[in-house]
Amino acid sequence: MKLAVASGKGGTGKTMVAANLAAVLAGTEPVTLVDCDAEAPNLHLFFPAVSTSRDVTLPVPVINRELCTMCGKCAEFCQYGALTALADRLLFFPELCHSCGGCMLICPDHAISEEKKRIGSVTLATPARQLRLITGRLDIGGSQVVPVIRAAKEAAGPGGNIIYDCAPGTSCPVVETLEGCDACILVTESTPSGLHDLRLAFNVTAKLGVPAGVVINRSDGNDQPVLDFCVEQDLDVLLIIPFDREIAAIQCGGHLLAREQPAWEKSFLALWQKCRALTGRQAP
Amino acid sequence: MIRVAVISGKGGTGKTMVTAALAEILPGTLVLADCDVDAANLGLYLSPETTGSEPFMGMKKAMIDPETCTSCDTCREHCRFGAVVAKDGNYQIDPFRCEGCGVCVLVCPAGAVALHDHRAGEVISSRTSRGNLVSAKLEPGEGNSGLLVHAVKARAVRDNPDRDLFLIDGPPGTGCPLISTASGTDAVLIVTEPSVAGIHDLERVVAVCRRFKPRIFVAINRFDLDCGHAKAIEDWCRQQGLIVIGTIPFDPAVLSHAREGIPVTRDSDAPAAQAIRSIAERLQTEVTPHGT
Repeated sequence: MKLAVASGKGGTGKTMVAANLAAVLAGTEPVTLVDCDAEAPNLHLFFPAVSTSRDVTLPVPVINRELCTMCGKCAEFCQYGALTALADRLLFFPELCHSCGGCMLICPDHAISEEKKRIGSVTLATPARQLRLITGRLDIGGSQVVPVIRAAKEAAGPGGNIIYDCAPGTSCPVVETLEGCDACILVTESTPSGLHDLRLAFNVTAKLGVPAGVVINRSDGNDQPVLDFCVEQDLDVLLIIPFDREIAAIQCGGHLLAREQPAWEKSFLALWQKCRALTGRQAP
Repeated sequence: MIRVAVISGKGGTGKTMVTAALAEILPGTLVLADCDVDAANLGLYLSPETTGSEPFMGMKKAMIDPETCTSCDTCREHCRFGAVVAKDGNYQIDPFRCEGCGVCVLVCPAGAVALHDHRAGEVISSRTSRGNLVSAKLEPGEGNSGLLVHAVKARAVRDNPDRDLFLIDGPPGTGCPLISTASGTDAVLIVTEPSVAGIHDLERVVAVCRRFKPRIFVAINRFDLDCGHAKAIEDWCRQQGLIVIGTIPFDPAVLSHAREGIPVTRDSDAPAAQAIRSIAERLQTEVTPHGT
């Protein structure tokens, strides 16, 4: 099963849920955990292990000044303003380039070729016998996070049990992560912001046709607005994790709840089974 | 106008809560912007009254005219974003994947593809008791959050040029939307939390901000949930020459005020409110013209 863990709102506990699910599941079957929060990946902090890394690159244009006739067609074509034709030279802004290859196609003088520009990395580790951890990491100052997420997902391969830790938000990094998933856990908290953003995140899963269920984290027992929303949208509440300073301390310290408080192992295994059951249902 | 952005790196550290609380008590005239355009929450604390909105046109999207299309597959061959979907000889563009580059338009021998304007969201202007607020709504699954952040900031400045302070609630992360938020600011206030993840993302967001040279201040929220890590953050900041402008304790008043839809600093002597008041005082000294 390919399972995404998303939220809308940041800081609700996606990484905590993904990490514990993977750790517990790896006790019984192989699982790959993919950190798709490539702007601020944190899963590796919970699974220290030796790792290997490889570059994620994007092709960017290289202009041969000898062949370039300054016709300006490439600058005119570029939808992103990455190429600007001045009176005496062509300026290229790599951070604006989307690597579409269009400038190379349109140049009548064949003056444009491409070179690889590093934008981030994908790191692979095996923190436990049946657990693979893949981390997508955008380089500092980088702006193209979606290709890094794509590369991380590709490194995970197409089959088996895969858990994807999503970025916060509802825009294209989340969509990139969710695409192709069999189910999605939406982690929320019982606050107005949590519910507000849960609605937005649920819109995305619904738009993509990915069946979703909800985990309420840091619950203080006043969950009625979230519960009402779930009833209204026919969303299963898969697990409620109470607010507890000990749990907070475990998470702060980069430890796994299911290891520190073994009673939680059963809850996370049950969560996995409930997600499996979600995949049989039609998405709205 | 002084420009201060409240950011974090890691999500959920309390940026919005702190922004709202500061907006409530900072003296002078304010204009506010919510640059967490994916999931804008600042308004939940400020009871805004909408005064206007305008559409945000993101990247254009390609569309294939099925009448003219000859199913030659040239577009799909050239599309680097996997946006051309072919099913039983019918070719369509997946709008989630299309980045509006125009290559398919260029290469189509039949002239069957065109780029169309695409509304990706909206920029919303509203009024609050502390000043005007500009926020946005990005349609779910859209890209270009960085451009929308830029549009929100530009609108706020354009419509409110004479305010003392431009206070921005930033997005989580360290990529394009965060870069767009932090650029052009006089100072960033990084709200972090005492966890390994908080520290890790603090280091990343500081590295990004150093490219712009705003003044950098760090506030540690919920510091007493893990005093060991809170101290580690203070030590790291000192070593990096960064000012820790304050520490905020974990406080149930934060949640109760949030549920009432008001800033924690309204009519409150709760510990978090007091801590944020100290931060506000310190911030004033550090970033106002007399203080800099």
